[in-house]
Amino acid sequence: MKVEATEKIHEPLFHIAKRESVPLWQGIVVRAVAIVIGLVVCGIIVSASSSSGKNFFEVYASLFSGIFGSERRIWLALQDMALLLGVALALVVSFKMKFWNLGGNGQILMGCLACTTCMHYLGGKLPDAVVILLMIISSVLAGAIWAVIPALFKAFFKTNESLFTLMMNYIALHIVSATITAWFPKGTGAMAPIEYANLPVLGEGQMGKSLLPILVVVVLTGAMFAYLKFSKHGYELSVVGESENTARYVGINVKVVIIRTMILSGAICGIIGLLLSGAINHNVSSNMDGNMGFTGIMVAWLAKFNPVGMIFSAFFITFITRGMGQVCTDFGFTNDALSDIIIGIIYFLIIGCEFFISYKIRFNKKLLRKKES
Amino acid sequence: MNQEIALELKHISKYFGSVVANKDVSLTVRKGEILSLLGENGSGKTTLMNMISGIYFPDEGQIFVNGKEIVIRSPLDAFHYGIGMVHQHFKLVDVFTAAQNIVLGVKDKKRFNLKEVNERVMEISNRYGFHIDPKKKIYDMSVSEKQTVEIVKVLYRGADLLILDEPTAVLTPQETEKLFAVLRKMKEDGKAIIIITHKLHEVLSVSDRVAVLRKGEYIGSVVTAETNEAELTEMMVGKRIELNIDRPDPVDSRLKLNVEHLTCKNKEGVTTLDDVSFKAYSGEILGIAGISGAGQKELLEAIAGLEYAYPGSTVTYVTQEGEEEELIGLSPKEIRDMGVALSFVPEDRLGMGLVGSMDMADNMMLKSYTKGKTPFVERKDPTSLAVKIMNELEVVTPGIHTPVSRLSGGNVQKVLVGREIAASPQVLMVAYPVRGLDINSSYLIYSLLNEQKQKGVSVIFVGEDLDVLIALCDRIMVLASGKITGIVDGRTATKEGIGLLMTKNEAMRQEDKNES
Repeated sequence: MKVEATEKIHEPLFHIAKRESVPLWQGIVVRAVAIVIGLVVCGIIVSASSSSGKNFFEVYASLFSGIFGSERRIWLALQDMALLLGVALALVVSFKMKFWNLGGNGQILMGCLACTTCMHYLGGKLPDAVVILLMIISSVLAGAIWAVIPALFKAFFKTNESLFTLMMNYIALHIVSATITAWFPKGTGAMAPIEYANLPVLGEGQMGKSLLPILVVVVLTGAMFAYLKFSKHGYELSVVGESENTARYVGINVKVVIIRTMILSGAICGIIGLLLSGAINHNVSSNMDGNMGFTGIMVAWLAKFNPVGMIFSAFFITFITRGMGQVCTDFGFTNDALSDIIIGIIYFLIIGCEFFISYKIRFNKKLLRKKES
Repeated sequence: MNQEIALELKHISKYFGSVVANKDVSLTVRKGEILSLLGENGSGKTTLMNMISGIYFPDEGQIFVNGKEIVIRSPLDAFHYGIGMVHQHFKLVDVFTAAQNIVLGVKDKKRFNLKEVNERVMEISNRYGFHIDPKKKIYDMSVSEKQTVEIVKVLYRGADLLILDEPTAVLTPQETEKLFAVLRKMKEDGKAIIIITHKLHEVLSVSDRVAVLRKGEYIGSVVTAETNEAELTEMMVGKRIELNIDRPDPVDSRLKLNVEHLTCKNKEGVTTLDDVSFKAYSGEILGIAGISGAGQKELLEAIAGLEYAYPGSTVTYVTQEGEEEELIGLSPKEIRDMGVALSFVPEDRLGMGLVGSMDMADNMMLKSYTKGKTPFVERKDPTSLAVKIMNELEVVTPGIHTPVSRLSGGNVQKVLVGREIAASPQVLMVAYPVRGLDINSSYLIYSLLNEQKQKGVSVIFVGEDLDVLIALCDRIMVLASGKITGIVDGRTATKEGIGLLMTKNEAMRQEDKNES
């Protein structure tokens, strides 16, 4: 039985084709355009919905002052950026292996908790140097353990790592809350900073406080770049990530590589936890991770897993986040909703523009000509 | 012959990025005619057919059916105009019966009646001489039965123009003959048929006319009766080439590999290799034939240490000095570390033999990156090896730092074979080494294998083209459903003889079923 054509078939107006590769400058231009559009939208929304009477251009003054406004702000921004970059470095080793580690938050929190536990029980009782050494060891271990549990299940039972690591976040979160309650049953749930065994301050003012985390991450970035690009381990994990069959074919022990890589990934998150609790806050709270386990994913992806590129994406995200915080203060917005909306729009544009880098849209010239005439 | 034109293409072009898949192709097919579309891999045959069947949309050009210009935007549109395509990779639902698969996606206003469908399927089968059981589930079917379902599916939808993409690639010689008989009947019934293939003798035996594509461009059409293999090859490749495969006599034959009672099972516990025993000698090429999935992959992977072999299996490797080494139970790395010179070119080149996203240099060191005491990889030697292979095997690539997945199939294979041969193997196992390769690259691979054979390497060659196996191999071992059904001398073997061995177990099993 032949199906008759009932409707008239039209030619498509355009179709989407994959691009070969884009010259570097073109990619930069597309991304820059996306950022500019995002900022303009941001300016319009803020100036339109504010009752403070400030105009469109003052939005940008606020945005920039959020990060460059004073020496203190600059150091704070650099510190935020360093921490975010550190988390993204932890994630990127697992991502290169196609192990989708969504458990950054939990791994950081466990690092924070381990560090604070040392400070809480041993601070003042043992020499600071000894406590600090124990803090370092326990934070790294705690982060590594939190990451290696899903890795073991993935290696031996082929469980899905995304769900597993994600759920580990909530366990970590509630362990932290429970511990704080156990320590201070009558408190408000917030913990006062501990005075003992703080990591060293390297100078005056905010700079002194921020310098240690920044230096640690600078070293980490260099080390991870070399690890991924030049080491045998780095080579093995990218082979495993690209094709487990190829890894088997050349005799790489896939289980060992998965477990080893996740120990490393978790350990770096643990270090970030150590910096957060030991150097910056001197305590622990259940939201200390600052959601960097997820923001870090974006930092890693935007830079296509290149540690050097991640410096730029981490800077951009820090800039937008801190800048919008300042804008909200200056324009008198009392809740975070507006800032979240605008950050969302900007992220959306940045990620969306990747489409135009990978694909091009070709219009049907015949139809266009017809329309013009 | 009916001279009415069924389909006409005028100036069709299709680009993928900067790659020209088809350029200015014009082509006609008449009713009651079988047209062979001939061309090397990558010459744009499948792309062209995909545009007719609605999978791609042409960038330029016009398509006429029965003299009327039409626009085809989807496979559904193609069916409106009576065009049906049988793809190289079957698109069937495994757990459905033949009839259910055939009727899947058909939109008519009638109520769904499976009995009616079965009857119509039987009617079509009888008309053209198919053997098909409409109630049989796909997973119970052999490859050739599945293909039959695909063809009936297309006919059921009322196709007058059938396109078959490499239909014989998966068939035994006997099955191929059956298919051709069916095609001839359809032709008598007035259907137009386009068959894509690169096997020349099939082109000559089944088609009325041959259209040749080269690098996406239409070279010309010839009447089959007025042409020969040499002329067609010249049209296809663009220059005259010698089509003979050498077979030097084996020299200094010594036992290299002794496989005994090799048994493997897959994840579901189904036996994939059943008590396989054979010997491979230095200085010879041992061919392995069989329909796809007869245990070829498992055999090579078990020898290479990639597949778990059941207790009782032994694979003994005999070193140059005559010492025996047992390989079963060792990982590929342990085998390598023992000093066993075993090279393996797997079937899945980019998924197993190479890492697609890495460049040539990084792929060279896949098996040697552990060398050196530092925790860092040494890239100097692999890079110079990559340069050497690129020059010696004439790998076409923008440079050794281009990801190998960007190279064409033939060049990917040159990289892989080059690396495996550079390891100076004693035993070289290759699985379907010329699949998807153009004629020139294929002959280069054959001569590389012969070169290794003359160096005293024991070559194990898993192939699918029986003509090549018979021309190249000293001995041919035939696998059927995981068992060896015969080892024949390549110099005296015939295609028909091997074809029978390939289906021997299958036939026996069918008889068992019928008796019980």
